[in-house]
Amino acid sequence: MSIQIDVRRQEQTAVINVVGDIDLYSSPQVRQTILDALNEKSDNRVLVNLTGVKYIDSSGVASLVEGLQLARRSRVRFALCGLNKAPRQVLELTRLINVFDIFESIEDALKA
Amino acid sequence: MSSADSSEPVIVVHDLVTHYGGRLVLDQVSLEVRRRETLVILGGSGCGKSTLLRHLVGLARPTSGSVRLFGEDICRIPESELNRIRRRIGMSFQGSALLNSMTVGENVALPLREHTRLEDSTIRVMARMKLDQVGLAGVEDYLPAQLSGGMKKRAGVARALAMDPEILLFDEPSAGLDPVIAAGIDHLILKLKAAFGVTIVVVTHELASAFLIADRILLLDKGRVVACGTPEEIRASQHPRVRQMLDRQPDSEAAPGQAYLDSLFGFKVGGGAKA
Amino acid sequence: MLTRIGTDALRLLDYLGGLSRQTSRGLYWTVVAPFRGARVRWRSTIHQMAAVGVSALPVVCLITFLMGLIMAIQGAYEMRKFGALHYVIDLVGVSITRELGPLMTAIIVIGRSGSAFAAEIASMTVNEEVDALVTMGLNPVHFLLSPKLLAMLVMMPCLTTIADLMGILGGATFAALSEMGMGLGPYLRATADALVMRDIVSGLIKSLVFGLVIVQVGCYQGFTVTGGPEGVGRSTTAAVVVSIFGVVLVDMVFTAFFYVLG
Repeated sequence: MSIQIDVRRQEQTAVINVVGDIDLYSSPQVRQTILDALNEKSDNRVLVNLTGVKYIDSSGVASLVEGLQLARRSRVRFALCGLNKAPRQVLELTRLINVFDIFESIEDALKA
Repeated sequence: MSSADSSEPVIVVHDLVTHYGGRLVLDQVSLEVRRRETLVILGGSGCGKSTLLRHLVGLARPTSGSVRLFGEDICRIPESELNRIRRRIGMSFQGSALLNSMTVGENVALPLREHTRLEDSTIRVMARMKLDQVGLAGVEDYLPAQLSGGMKKRAGVARALAMDPEILLFDEPSAGLDPVIAAGIDHLILKLKAAFGVTIVVVTHELASAFLIADRILLLDKGRVVACGTPEEIRASQHPRVRQMLDRQPDSEAAPGQAYLDSLFGFKVGGGAKA
Repeated sequence: MLTRIGTDALRLLDYLGGLSRQTSRGLYWTVVAPFRGARVRWRSTIHQMAAVGVSALPVVCLITFLMGLIMAIQGAYEMRKFGALHYVIDLVGVSITRELGPLMTAIIVIGRSGSAFAAEIASMTVNEEVDALVTMGLNPVHFLLSPKLLAMLVMMPCLTTIADLMGILGGATFAALSEMGMGLGPYLRATADALVMRDIVSGLIKSLVFGLVIVQVGCYQGFTVTGGPEGVGRSTTAAVVVSIFGVVLVDMVFTAFFYVLG
C-alpha cells in the first residue's frame, strides 16, 4: 500500500531503503525486493535500511528471516540498519535481535 | 505497566440484553475496554460471562443493545464488514478449538492462508514464530490429538495471534488445566500483554488469575454487572455479592420453609388449599 | 393435544426454514461466489470427491448389479406365465435408469457420506471449531459445506451412470444364464432399443437433486447439533433418516412431474 522501496548500490553493497509500515499487505513487496537483491549475486552484501519504518509486523519479520536464510545459503552478508524503537522491540520479542547483524546507520554498516 | 488512561476505548458494549431460549442471560450489560488494557470478566458458572465474550466477536446476536469494536456497531454491519473487523481480533477458546483434521502448524497458518497473499514460505516461518512465542517450538507437524490439554490451549493462542491482532479474547484460559499449567497460561497472557500492547479481554472464574492479569475487573452475576474497577477497588468493595465471591462464601442454603416446600411439590401450596 | 401438534408444526417450519436458508447460502457459495472472486477450495473438494465417489464405487456397483439381477428374476417370474420373457429387458432397463439406479446410489451415499458429513460437522460444532472458523472471519458454509456440495454434484451423476450400467449388466447376467439364453451383445442392443434418452437424463437430473438434499441435510444436522458428544450421535442418525425421507420425497415429486409431462 503506502510503502516505498528503492535499491541503491554502493561499495559492492545493495542498500534497500524501506519507507512505510511493513504489514501483512506490504511485506510481500519487501520480501521480493530482498530476495531479488540476494539472487543477483553481484554484491557481497545486502543491507536493509529500516530508518523509515515505524511499524513492522510478524509477516515483515518473517520476510527478513527468509532473507537471512537465503543469504546464508548463498554466502552473501545480510544486515539491517536504522532500527526504530518499535521494530527493535518486535525483533527483541521474537528473540531474533541477536540473529541479525544490526548497525546504527548505513555508514556504520558500510564501514564494517 | 499501567494502561494509558487517555486512550480511546476500542470495545464499547452498551445496554446489552440477551436471551437464550426465553431465559434472560445478559441484562443491560455495559462496559468499555481501552486500548492496551486488560479487562477480566469474572463470575461464577452460568453468570453469562462466556455469552458476553461471544457477543464481542459477533458469535451471538443480542436481543437489544450494541457492541462497538473500533467504533463500529458490529450488530448492524453486513457480514463482510464484520469479517474484516474479525481479522483484527484473535480468540482463544475454552477447549482450544483447533481444527482436528489439520496439523498444529496448518491450524496456526490457516487465517494467514485464507486472508493474505503471503508466500507459503513466509507463512511457515510466521507459524513457527507464533508457536515459539507460546512456548511450543517444534510441534507444528503434530496433529492436535497428539498434544496435551495445556499444549493444545497454547496452540490455540498461537492461532489467535496469527494475524497480529489488536484485540485478544480468552474464554476460560485455565479451565480444565492443572494448576501449574494454568499458571503458565496466566504468565503467557502477561507476556503477550507486555510484549505486544494488545487489548485483552479474559473471561474466567479463577480469582487468583483474575487479580494477577487484570488492569480492571468486571464482576458479573446472573447476567448483571455487579462491580467494575481496578483490582484494588474490587478488593476494597463492600458490595455483599463482591464480598461473597472474594471470600468464597457459598450461596445461602436455597429457599427457606414454604418456598422450599413449593419447589418440592412442583406447584404452589398456599395455606392448605390447593392453588 | 392441539398444542403439541402446533409446537411440532412450528418446529417443522423452523427446520425447513433453516434448511432452505442454508441451502441458498450453500448454492451461493458453490455456484455463484466463485464467479465473484471467492476462491474454490479445490484441495478439499477433491478430497471429498474421493470420499463420496471413488470409495463408494465398489458397494454401488455390487448393490446395483444385484438389484438388476433381482429385478430380472422377479420380472421373469411373472412374464414367464405370459410367454413374454423378453420384456424383462425393458423392465430392467427402464426401472434401473429411471428409478433404482439413482435411488439406490442415493441411499448408499446417504449411508456412507451423509452420515459422515453430519458426524464431522457436528463434532466440529461441539468442539467450537465452527465458532473458531467464524471468529477467524471464515464462513463455515463456504469452508465446510461448499466443497462437499461441489464434490457431490460432480460425483452423483457419475455414480448413477455407473449404477445404471451395473444394473443392466445384472439383467444381462440373468438373460445369459436363464432359459432366455441371450448373449451380452444382443441384450445391450435390446436395452438400447427399449430406452429413450429421457429415461437416462431424468435419472441423472434426479441424482443431482438427491446429492443436494444429502449434503444440505447432513450439514444442517451437523451445524444445529445440541447437547455435546451424545448430540453428535443423534444428529448423525437424524441426518440418515431425514435424508432418506427427503430423497424419497424428491423422487416422488419428480416422478409425478414426469408422469404429468407425459
